[in-house]
Amino acid sequence: MTAGVPTEFNPPGPQNFETPPIIHGVDWFTKPVLVAALSVVVIVWFFWGASRKAAIVPSKLQFAGELGYNFVRNSIARDAIGSADYMKFVPYLTGLFFFILLNNVAATIPLIQFPTFSHIGWAYVAAIMSWVIYNAVGIKKKGLWGYFKHQTMPAGVPIWLMPLMIPIEFISNILVRPISLSLRLFANMFAGHILLLVFVLGGEYMVFESGSIAIGGVGIITFLMALAIAGLELFVQAIQAYIFVVLTAQYIGSAIADEH
Amino acid sequence: MLTLLLPLTEAADEAPSPLLPHTAEIIFGFVFLVLLAIAFAKVVVPKFEKAYADRTAAIEGGMNEAKAAQAEAKAALDKYNAQLAEARQEAAKIREDAREQGAQIIAEMREQANAEAERIVTHARAQIDAERTQAVASLRGEVGTMATTLAGRIVGESLEDEARQRRTVERFLAELEESESARQAVGTDG
Repeated sequence: MTAGVPTEFNPPGPQNFETPPIIHGVDWFTKPVLVAALSVVVIVWFFWGASRKAAIVPSKLQFAGELGYNFVRNSIARDAIGSADYMKFVPYLTGLFFFILLNNVAATIPLIQFPTFSHIGWAYVAAIMSWVIYNAVGIKKKGLWGYFKHQTMPAGVPIWLMPLMIPIEFISNILVRPISLSLRLFANMFAGHILLLVFVLGGEYMVFESGSIAIGGVGIITFLMALAIAGLELFVQAIQAYIFVVLTAQYIGSAIADEH
Repeated sequence: MLTLLLPLTEAADEAPSPLLPHTAEIIFGFVFLVLLAIAFAKVVVPKFEKAYADRTAAIEGGMNEAKAAQAEAKAALDKYNAQLAEARQEAAKIREDAREQGAQIIAEMREQANAEAERIVTHARAQIDAERTQAVASLRGEVGTMATTLAGRIVGESLEDEARQRRTVERFLAELEESESARQAVGTDG
């Protein structure tokens, strides 16, 4: 693989996301598990430290913790669920938000550079937990029949439209939501990472292995593009964490909302 | 190319489909999310909420305290204003009374002084009358005596010349003066 000798370019694909186990023989201990575990440690350490001596006049650490906590508590949970019931869901929503955020941003942190949620299992489990929670609180509040009526029969729709409305609403409100939640998060992380891989690996190939000076010049531009895409990805990573938690909060809010 | 577009149909010897989850990751994902939710529910949220409640209470307490202080200050001000108004009223009343009393005293004094003056005048007039009556009576008697004595002298002595005559008159007048002063001395004693 020296410069000037053309070799075949292997485009990045799903196989690039399959990292070998960190400890040989322990198959479950992979890079995403390590990153996720680290994120849990960091989140708990940070918020425990910030809230341990929570006082009227906050320290700098407490202030930073309150900033993050208030963001989820007020801007997401309270706005979407309403001030009557939101406090019950703040712990889950806060944990979920910072878990997704840190694991997404891990794709940009040097040396880690792996988005946990590009492995769809993590996205599935987060979406299923949100799905279970919003359905459970809805059923708990309105009863099984009342909840299904609430979710599938919108007020103000004429009765002859009901045969059409009920399946549509059921599919959109009950069946599709966990899939859309998980796929949106997974696909953004997966695609963003693969895009980055294409530009970095492609640039590397063009600069070092294409054997052509012209293509090498394009390769340098490709590297610069990769930098720009990394910046864009950082934005996407934060946005996806926000969207996932906002949607979860909105599903909870609509599940327990009173008829109007 | 087709295997890239449809990863679910990929051959078994290549990487598995990215849409198929790893069981371990499902389990870890669940454990981690539950752990985080519990950590937030048990520690972080109560601590922060307590700090918020304390903060609210501190702010409200401070505001209530300020409100109470303000009310107290206003009450004190009202009290002082009321006292001031009362004092002013009282002062006005006292001034009014004093003026009335002063006028009354002046009127009384004037009346008294008038009465006194009248009394003094009446008394003096009565005394003068009495003294004059007395003087007239005594004068009347003395003039008679003097006239008699003078007449006797004039008749009894020979009036040889003018000088002698003058001497006689002068002697008489001197005697008269003498007796006058003697009488006066006696009169003042009486």
